[in-house]
Amino acid sequence: MGGGGGRREAIERELHKLRAEREELDGRIRLLESQLEAEPAGVGGEGEGEGVVPVVGSCDGSVGCQSRGRNGFTPNGGLPADMIYRYSRHLLLPDFGVEGQRKLSQSSILVVGAGGLGSPVALYLAACGVGCLGIVDGDDVELNNLHRQIIHKESYVGQPKVKSAADACREINSSIKVVEHHHTLKPCNALEIVQKYDIVVDATDNLPTRYMISDCCVLLKKPLVSGAALGLEGQLTVYHHNGSPCYRCLFPSPPPVAACQRCSDSGVLGVVPGVIGCLQALEAIKVATAVGEPLCGRMLLFDALSARIRIVKLRGSSPDCTICGKNSAFTEQDFQKFDYENFTQSPMSDKTAPSVNLLPESARITCRDYKKMVDNGEPHILLDVRPMHHFQIASISPSLNIPLSVLEEKLPTLEASLKKAGAAPALVVLCRRGNDSQRAVRFLREKGFASAKDIIGGLQAWGQDVDPDFPVY
Amino acid sequence: MHLTLEFGGGLELLLENSTKVHKVEVPPKDGQATVTMRGLLTWVKDSLIKERPEMFVKGDSVRPGVLVLINDCDWELCGGLDAELEEKDVVVFISTLHGG
Repeated sequence: MGGGGGRREAIERELHKLRAEREELDGRIRLLESQLEAEPAGVGGEGEGEGVVPVVGSCDGSVGCQSRGRNGFTPNGGLPADMIYRYSRHLLLPDFGVEGQRKLSQSSILVVGAGGLGSPVALYLAACGVGCLGIVDGDDVELNNLHRQIIHKESYVGQPKVKSAADACREINSSIKVVEHHHTLKPCNALEIVQKYDIVVDATDNLPTRYMISDCCVLLKKPLVSGAALGLEGQLTVYHHNGSPCYRCLFPSPPPVAACQRCSDSGVLGVVPGVIGCLQALEAIKVATAVGEPLCGRMLLFDALSARIRIVKLRGSSPDCTICGKNSAFTEQDFQKFDYENFTQSPMSDKTAPSVNLLPESARITCRDYKKMVDNGEPHILLDVRPMHHFQIASISPSLNIPLSVLEEKLPTLEASLKKAGAAPALVVLCRRGNDSQRAVRFLREKGFASAKDIIGGLQAWGQDVDPDFPVY
Repeated sequence: MHLTLEFGGGLELLLENSTKVHKVEVPPKDGQATVTMRGLLTWVKDSLIKERPEMFVKGDSVRPGVLVLINDCDWELCGGLDAELEEKDVVVFISTLHGG
């Protein structure tokens, strides 16, 4: 007995070892397969905006999706042992179970934007075993992304966000298919990309793209899980699903440009898009598996500062909506030609700031000319009109900070400083990018400060052209 | 009429000290028993908004991009401008966010 038991143990050990090796090999094979599928076959380079997408991204039953559809499931729909182990905590949920996991593994979800919202969305969707995960983003990883875009690591700074995000997802789960769409989503490529997926997650950072994605989802009949975050607040809803409105039902006309705050201007606390992104992943899973009640016809409003979450009831889809309404004449051709940037008067990017041009050339100087003024010792006052919390980040010394919003009431302070600065000092006005400084100079000239001039391009230009050590923010 | 008004999504920046929650007493218009949303908008514009009123109202309604909620319900489902408010109602004005 004793000898037989020892031999048995040895065989079991050997079996255990071989199974572990097989699992490891399977993992490597899946990783290589998903990498192979992510490469556009026979295409050397990708042209931005040309709609070149990996052909295998198709998820409605074409070749690429056959392998995606199985995603670890055996042909008869049963779960193999390693998958049972990986997703056991999902399978133990009575409301979710094997059926939920199977539906998840057969679904394909597109995440538009690999930023603050898209990071947790992609990580969770990859981890939970969604069959096919597409990620669209045309940007590169920047150091100032990392405080909130937690999918990206320092070593990926300068590399495409889609690559960084897809690599992170594959590291977490090599058994799913991850497709990289290294493009900015635009009317010319959106239909082609979006049609390959069952569900779309809007994790973008600007208004025109939000209108575009909603219109695209209406045309292609895809549910849209939409999230947004700014400052210390977030919003979340599911559009165009189970009778819920589309974005245009809710907002038929775009807001004025001045009402469109951007993270790159107003700031955002990193964890806020993180919270909203996690909830987006949750809603996407609920839609994919038909488990629970998705946030259709309702909107979640998150206020981080007061730790309040409010869920409100929204109107249903509007029969008169120009896009999703009964009598809508909006076609795919109309969509491809629609100028969303013109419609919203704002750019399809969070980064390019709309710049104003309010002053004659004679009322402006370049930062290089200003540097010469300083070097020549010309008497002047440098007035910095940024908000105080901006001024505290970094400033040129010496300068006087009077925020634009209080300039009118603080004019006496400015007059006193000018008097102290000696005979006929120049008045030079500065801000972050050279927009508010123009508004300030226009106002100051109206108030009799005839010599006021603004520095073109503000501190951003100063950092680029004069002082490379000046901090960029 | 006692009402609680809340402003969010950046609309609070238009108010004194950027205060989000305001417990207010709004009088009905002369000869009327109740306050309508139309009346409330005028009152808010005249009594609470400190700067850039065009960031809050357009014409006789709110500007595009602002959601109005009466007791956590889209005002479009309650009659919009003609909705009649009741004592202790909570009205939320929220600007949509686009960042991420």
